[in-house]
Amino acid sequence: MVDLWQGLSQAFWLVVTLDAELAEIALRSLQVTFTALALGCLIAMPLAALLAVRRFRWRRTVIAVLNALMGLPPVVVGLVVYVLLSRSGPLGVLGLLFTPTAMIIAQMIVIVPLMASIAHQSLRDLWAEYHDLLISMNVTQSQKIKTLLWDARRALLTAALAGFGRGIGEVGAIMIVGGNIDHVTRVLTTAIALETGKGEFALALALGFVLIALTILVNLLIHWLGQTEREGRW
Amino acid sequence: MFRILTLGIWLAAGMANAAETLRMAVTTSFHNSGLADILLPEIADDLDLDVQLLVVGTGQALRLGEAGDVDAILVHSQTAEEAFIDAGHGTHRREIMYNDFVIVGPQSDPAAVSGAGDAADALSRIAGNAARFVSRGDESGTHKRELNLWESAGGIPEADWYNEVGAGMGAALNTAAGLGAYILSDRASWLNFGNKGDLTLLFAGDPVLFNQYAYLPVNPARHNHVKADLAADLETWLTSARAQELIDGYMIDGETLFVFNAQPDG
Repeated sequence: MVDLWQGLSQAFWLVVTLDAELAEIALRSLQVTFTALALGCLIAMPLAALLAVRRFRWRRTVIAVLNALMGLPPVVVGLVVYVLLSRSGPLGVLGLLFTPTAMIIAQMIVIVPLMASIAHQSLRDLWAEYHDLLISMNVTQSQKIKTLLWDARRALLTAALAGFGRGIGEVGAIMIVGGNIDHVTRVLTTAIALETGKGEFALALALGFVLIALTILVNLLIHWLGQTEREGRW
Repeated sequence: MFRILTLGIWLAAGMANAAETLRMAVTTSFHNSGLADILLPEIADDLDLDVQLLVVGTGQALRLGEAGDVDAILVHSQTAEEAFIDAGHGTHRREIMYNDFVIVGPQSDPAAVSGAGDAADALSRIAGNAARFVSRGDESGTHKRELNLWESAGGIPEADWYNEVGAGMGAALNTAAGLGAYILSDRASWLNFGNKGDLTLLFAGDPVLFNQYAYLPVNPARHNHVKADLAADLETWLTSARAQELIDGYMIDGETLFVFNAQPDG
């Protein structure tokens, strides 16, 4: 219990004094996860819409696999990305291992199936509502997808927030591909793992509280930006 | 949605890189000792070189060197290092400094390790009492040394009191503190450890507990992207009088942690 209080007060002082190192790793956490989220959304959302409107042979299988991949173990993703990006691996010439780019790639792989699955659920329900109307208007496939994505934007926001939550709190994959290098690839979660390893529980807890506060803040901010829970259903 | 995307792209654009950098894989014991925090800023000042540390076990450090993912390594397991050089993964091995391993355990000392004659005797006493022992179990230099010691004490135990945690030095010390178990640690990590709890230093001083750290540049003939020039610059610095002063002068609670023993131009 003593550690918990020490952690809380240390977190408070770190934030109040705007600790430079804390600011750096917190900002890097946000950079990595937001970039992974932005790029991930560009893949996950159209994919989810396509799976909702298009009928093809392996559709059910693809959806089932996507759902199963929601539970993809980050540490395995990290290991696979590591082996691919290592200098002795197939993509080694790019020299991406132990860079923030490698962390972004790993996080994208972890969050895309999650976001696509959640988005697909809501898009499928919306598609059931819109199906007859859109078919009768004889719109093209891409118009259907655009309509669905726009009208379901609030639900997609939820999917994106789920992706953000999984990304920002993730440690297994980015520890392996990032290497937790000070001033280069150290983020909040890997710093917490490091401080725990040193037995500095109070500092580790302080960083943990900062991470939780940051996550809550980002969620509030996005809800505010998206005007959710304010007016109307959408 | 688009506002979020713009924000993300803006954040991504903020990432930038500067100065010359060198990647070095080091052991957890070197980093947890706190010495890295003393040396790296000085290296940055003197050589204008940004050394990026990958803190891993000796086993993984050697693998990183083999794959060419780092430019140099600083580890402490002589046989593994010599095998690394023999296989052509590194150009040479340069000894830098040493410290020693210590046996740490609960204050009550149920196996009476503090009265042991040598390291093998200490481990035999632990085994004889079936007292709980935490092993690194991660192929690190400390783990390899521990296994050697067990061999000389009558074999590597396979019993429920012998717990392999597969983790770094700090994490293993945390586990030992939680279990009230014995553990082999390097002296520097132990002194710098923040969660000692009921643990205390019980045995040290046997010559077999000597712990030599060596610097191995990765072979540029195997990996042409390796920054051999910078690695050579760093080696010159690590073996200089300046490094000696910093390494020998690094103390925690009045105790010296490392002893510089690099030979000039060896």
